[in-house]
Amino acid sequence: MIWDFEWTWQVMPDLMQGLAVTVQATVFGYLIALVLGLAIAMVRRVPVIGTIVHAVMEFIRTTPLLVQLVFVFALAPSTVSALTVGIVVLGVHYSAYTAEVYRSGIEGVPKGQWEAARALSLPAGRTWGAVVLPQAIRKVIPALGNYLIAMFKDTPLLLAITVTELLATARQVGSAGFRIVEAYTVVGFLFLLVSIPSAILIRRLERRYAAV
Amino acid sequence: MEFLIDRLPLYLGGAWVTVQLTVGGIALAFVLAMFFGVLGTARSGLLRAVSTVYVEVFRGIAALVLMFWMAYALPLLTGFQLDGRFAAILAVGLNVGAYGAEVVRGAINAVPRAQTEATIALDMSWAQRMRLVILPQAWAQMLPTFGNLSIELMKATAVAFLIGVADITAVAEQMRQATGETVLAFSGALILYFLIAQVLIFGVRLLERRANRRLGRTPPGGRGLLALLRPPALTTSGGAK
Repeated sequence: MIWDFEWTWQVMPDLMQGLAVTVQATVFGYLIALVLGLAIAMVRRVPVIGTIVHAVMEFIRTTPLLVQLVFVFALAPSTVSALTVGIVVLGVHYSAYTAEVYRSGIEGVPKGQWEAARALSLPAGRTWGAVVLPQAIRKVIPALGNYLIAMFKDTPLLLAITVTELLATARQVGSAGFRIVEAYTVVGFLFLLVSIPSAILIRRLERRYAAV
Repeated sequence: MEFLIDRLPLYLGGAWVTVQLTVGGIALAFVLAMFFGVLGTARSGLLRAVSTVYVEVFRGIAALVLMFWMAYALPLLTGFQLDGRFAAILAVGLNVGAYGAEVVRGAINAVPRAQTEATIALDMSWAQRMRLVILPQAWAQMLPTFGNLSIELMKATAVAFLIGVADITAVAEQMRQATGETVLAFSGALILYFLIAQVLIFGVRLLERRANRRLGRTPPGGRGLLALLRPPALTTSGGAK
């Protein structure tokens, strides 16, 4: 089997378009995970509701993302696009992870900080916004970054719900041109091309923030 | 409820396939993690580089891409068609093994230096040092993260349905298409996955207790059988994903 470079270059634009969808899903899903995860981590400190939320999140965390995607996609009204469903499910799934990360950060804030906020009679909003969260989040930035990479690598699952992201595009052009090997190998390299530099970046972040 | 009870044999058949994939994947990932993890602590720069290449390549590629490549590209390249199940085990094993290797490397490096120095003073060989002193201590530290990784691996096996393996997800998808009962069909699948995850969590906790006891430490969460029911400790390193 000989590698067909000409064909590879020809389909590059298509694959890049697929990559763009992948990146789009990752970025928006990650934003949901960041915001929702923080909200969950804060709600978990409330007595009864916190326990229920924790149980639900535990269930989401221990069941496969693929099944959740197909499940929600089958239930969603047809007016909602597959990409939207994918982004929301990705975001909610990963918020189960980011919530744990935030929680560890919040628990890492010394008790004295809470007491000082109470002594100054700061309202709850200011206690969280100006005292606890700035310290908690700073410490967990590298861990949060790891989940961005993890999420990027989970986006190929969206092909199961008809989103034409990178892998689905490769499947299409690959089988149309009878060039399966080239198509899937290029996808593998594109993944490495994005995830290895981001891993290096996160290692830098780790070094920068871990020292505090 | 009746819907699920009637179709229980089908679901259990799917669950059996998922268990096979999970156990096979864990076995492969464990061997790879141990080998490349220990390699990553070698003194020779070349050996460490080999370990780094394995970790970065297989951590960087999504398990699904790996699986597609093995199921569809590999037969064209080599003329050798892998069984779907085997391709799935290889893909998840290689992928999770790369994460595991980092955990093993980290745990070995975290064993205090004085322990190594003591084994040198006692004139132990490298194999003795690893087997008797370093690994038992590193093992206790690896286990919690290994537990999380094994759940990640179990979840990753669900994508095998996309290359035509008849696991739980495939059964649920069949049910849905045959009956149109979306909610029930997928709830059954999700519950089965959840149960398998609970078994994994419980098993790893037993191992953790044993490892800590052998080191003369009180297991985290205290003694007694009830301590096994404590909520799982999630590592926040994130790299465990």
